[in-house]
Amino acid sequence: MATNITYNIRRFDPEKDEAPRWQQFTLPVEPGMTVLDGLHWIRENQDATLAWRYSCRMGVCGSCAMLINGTPCMACNTQILHVTDRLLTVAPLPNFNVIKDLVPDLTPMFETHASIFPQIERTDVQEMENPTAEYIQSTEELERYLQFTYCMKCGCCIAACPGSATDREYLGPMPLTQAYRYNVDTRDDGEKKRNGVVSRAHGVFSCHYAGECSKVCPKGVDPARAIQLMKKELVLGYLRLKGAKKPAKLVGPPTGEAKPKIEAPAFTVEQ
Amino acid sequence: MNKSGNWILFILAAVVVFVLLGLHMVVVHLDGIFGILSPAGGSALAWENVIQRSKSNFFTVTYIILLGAALYHGFYGLRTIIFELGPRKAVERGWTIFLLAVGTVLFIVGTYAAIAVRTVETAL
Amino acid sequence: MEKKRYDNHLELLGWVAGGKWGIERYLYTLHRITGVGILLFFMIHIFESSTRIFGMKVWDPIMAAMHHPIFKMGEALVFIAFAFHALNGIRLILIELGFMVGKPEQPVYPYQSSLNVQRPLMITVMIIAGLLILLGMVDLIFLA
Repeated sequence: MATNITYNIRRFDPEKDEAPRWQQFTLPVEPGMTVLDGLHWIRENQDATLAWRYSCRMGVCGSCAMLINGTPCMACNTQILHVTDRLLTVAPLPNFNVIKDLVPDLTPMFETHASIFPQIERTDVQEMENPTAEYIQSTEELERYLQFTYCMKCGCCIAACPGSATDREYLGPMPLTQAYRYNVDTRDDGEKKRNGVVSRAHGVFSCHYAGECSKVCPKGVDPARAIQLMKKELVLGYLRLKGAKKPAKLVGPPTGEAKPKIEAPAFTVEQ
Repeated sequence: MNKSGNWILFILAAVVVFVLLGLHMVVVHLDGIFGILSPAGGSALAWENVIQRSKSNFFTVTYIILLGAALYHGFYGLRTIIFELGPRKAVERGWTIFLLAVGTVLFIVGTYAAIAVRTVETAL
Repeated sequence: MEKKRYDNHLELLGWVAGGKWGIERYLYTLHRITGVGILLFFMIHIFESSTRIFGMKVWDPIMAAMHHPIFKMGEALVFIAFAFHALNGIRLILIELGFMVGKPEQPVYPYQSSLNVQRPLMITVMIIAGLLILLGMVDLIFLA
């Protein structure tokens, strides 16, 4: 028993269109079909030129985020019949430039993400290259950042953020959350470097808790929480009310057999 | 540039404004209900009440503190909004200087008035 | 070759519309509007109240002029804006200093996001703001 659903899709072809246009497609929808399945059906049966980005089809890769009935969410884990019984409006994620149809240009987000040092930063290069011990973390230490590691960089939070809507310099919920995630990791030493970036103008203090990022996050990462907690850390640090970060305990030496070092393969794309 | 200090001051100013402006609201705008601090009776804005408050040390000091805190909070907030409307990088500094100048002028005007009024004749 | 891109930023529309948004977004927008409104009033208020240095002869006619309904309406608006901005501001200060957002937890449903954690606070301050506005309006309309 298929229901007929009309997809109202915002199209934009950079080679022909000056501005986006809306196009309707009607398709039979079975219970369990996702928005992504519907897009595939349209491409196979009605219009092969429809463009969107997807990869894993199961809410892991973060490629197919789009504005579905006014809410930024993943096309792959949104079932059509859960959100509508007649009309489904699909548009590209707002607050990004559109490359074509439903494909947003996420480059600015990834560049900002790279600028906040999204990796464990350490100064002891010798120990990193030839480890003599392992780091251990307690469950409590792990839970301080575990929630924020589920982020898959889909961009839904930035699409929903009113700050990102007007301020292109604003770092955005995702990079700020990732900065906090590494700041509170006991293995990390890069807090000072990261805080230098996030406490500037258009940084963490440009968040005023509209709360949308946490509302739309498909992975329950809760960026708004991370950002407020980071403000707290910055304030405590500024007022010198915060003790030094407790570094992760070492246990060791490593018991396993060290594997031979593997050379990184050559780049397959031009740098 | 680190914004933490400015932001903490912005929040502190908000707390000061909350307390002092709350008092101001109770005295001036809810005078019909509370009727306090209008020593001469009647409206809080009647001349006799205004001049009595103006001449008290407590009100002079709190007026100036409230003025400074409210101006800082207001203009820092306005600057935040302007910056988040995405002006070009080159004009951001210009905005900061402009808002700082306007705020300073208003602070001088208000402080001058709060101090000068202490020498005004009570009944003229 | 530079590829053509369509600029899809919501700009100011993002503060109020452009999608299905939650109530905190509208509080965010209202907080800004009331803030700017209060600042505008405050700038005028500094000059207007400073006229008290010229004595009773200048003060009394100005206060008499302030009894005009337009100024009374303005006073009501400023009071409403102040009550909202002050109470919502308390919520924001608490939240932005890391209170009332809850601890990080594993996103296993049903989990409490920071929005759920702060919502009782939001409802409480909005009720208090409403009561304050009621009080102010009673004073302004019946007792002034």
